[in-house]
Amino acid sequence: MVRIDFNRLRFLVIDDNAHMRRTVRTLLHGFGTREVYEAEDGAGGLEAFNHYSPDIVITDWAMPIFDGLELAQMIRQPTSNTNPYVAIIMLTGHSEKKRVVASRDAGITEFLAKPISAKGLYQRILNVVANPRSFIRTKSYFGPDRRRNVNPNYAGSERRKGGKADVIRQQPLLEKAKTPVG
Amino acid sequence: MTEKKNSIAAVSTFADHEVIVPPNKLKKAVVNVRPGTHIDFDPVSRAEAALAELASEFSSWMEQECDRLDAARMAIRACGVDTATRDSLFRAAHDIKGQAATFGFPLVAPVAESLCRLIEHAPDMARLPIDLVDQHVDAIRAITHRNTRGDSAMNAARLAERLRQVTDEFLRRENRDRPDYLESILAPPIAPGD
Repeated sequence: MVRIDFNRLRFLVIDDNAHMRRTVRTLLHGFGTREVYEAEDGAGGLEAFNHYSPDIVITDWAMPIFDGLELAQMIRQPTSNTNPYVAIIMLTGHSEKKRVVASRDAGITEFLAKPISAKGLYQRILNVVANPRSFIRTKSYFGPDRRRNVNPNYAGSERRKGGKADVIRQQPLLEKAKTPVG
Repeated sequence: MTEKKNSIAAVSTFADHEVIVPPNKLKKAVVNVRPGTHIDFDPVSRAEAALAELASEFSSWMEQECDRLDAARMAIRACGVDTATRDSLFRAAHDIKGQAATFGFPLVAPVAESLCRLIEHAPDMARLPIDLVDQHVDAIRAITHRNTRGDSAMNAARLAERLRQVTDEFLRRENRDRPDYLESILAPPIAPGD
C-alpha cells in the first residue's frame, strides 16, 4: 500500500473566483500540503507556472484573458524549458461530453467536475501521483496517453502504427494504494 | 522502432508517434506503507473538517456571487447583449453552478445550470430572451436568500425544473436547423465528479 506525502507536493491553483481558490487551498492544506500558489487567470497562471514550477496544476476552465484549456495547451509544449509533463487537473463546472473530450485532447491529466469535494479532489491527486501515465507525441497531440486501459477485446482499426509498443504498461502503484492495510 | 534514453525522458519512436516516459517527479511524494501499519491520518476527513471550518463564510460568499450575477444582469439590461456582457453573465452563473452545492445551497445549482445553458447555447445572442434571464436570476436570488428546506425546497425544485423546461424548449426552437448540435446539448453530462 502507498500513501501520499502531501507535504512534498507543490500546487498551483488557477481560478478567477477567489472563493473557489480559497476552497481548493483549504482542501489542499487539509490534505497536508504546505505549498499552494494561486493565480486568477490563465496569463497569471502561466507566469506562476514558470516561476514556481509546481508539481500539480489545478485549473478552472472558464477564465478571462485565456482559459484553462488554452493554458494547458501552452504548458504542453514538448520543447518547453519548464516541465511540459506536469500533472494538470481540470476543475470545472463544465460537464458536457464535448468538454471532457476537448480537455483530454488538450493534454489534461485528470478532469474533475464541480461541485468539488475532498474525496473527488483526493482521488484525482492520488491518481496522478501513484499512477503516472506515459506521454504520447504525434503531429497533432502532445500529452498523457489517452488510452488509460488496454482492451483485449478491441476489434477496431489500429490508429497508431508501430506494432505492440502502443500497449503502455503502467506502474501499478494505484492498485497498491487501493489495497487495504493488513 | 528506435529507442534512446537520456536523463530527461525515455523516448520510444514509432512510425507516427513517440511514447515518452518522463522522469517521475511525483515519486518523491509516494510513501510505501507496510501492510498492517496503523495510519492515524485520513487526509479526506482532515480536508472535510478544514472545509467545515470555512462554512460560516459560505452564506456571505453566496450573497456576493448573487450580487455579481445581478450586476451582470443589470449590465445587459442597461447596455444590451454583447460579447462582454454575455460573458460576464455566463461566468457569474457558471461560478454559482459550480459552487452552490459546496457552499450549502444545492437547490440553487440547477437554476444556475439552466441559465448557463441558455446563454451558452443560444445561437444568436441578439435573440437571448432577457425576461427568461431575469427569471433565472430572480430565482437564484430567492432560493439563496431563503436557503429553502422542506416544502419550500419542493417549490424550489419545481421552479428549477420549469425554468429548465422553458430553456430547453427555447434551445430546441433556436437550434432546430442544427440537429447535431441540438443532440449534443441535450445529451446527459458525462464528466467525472465524485
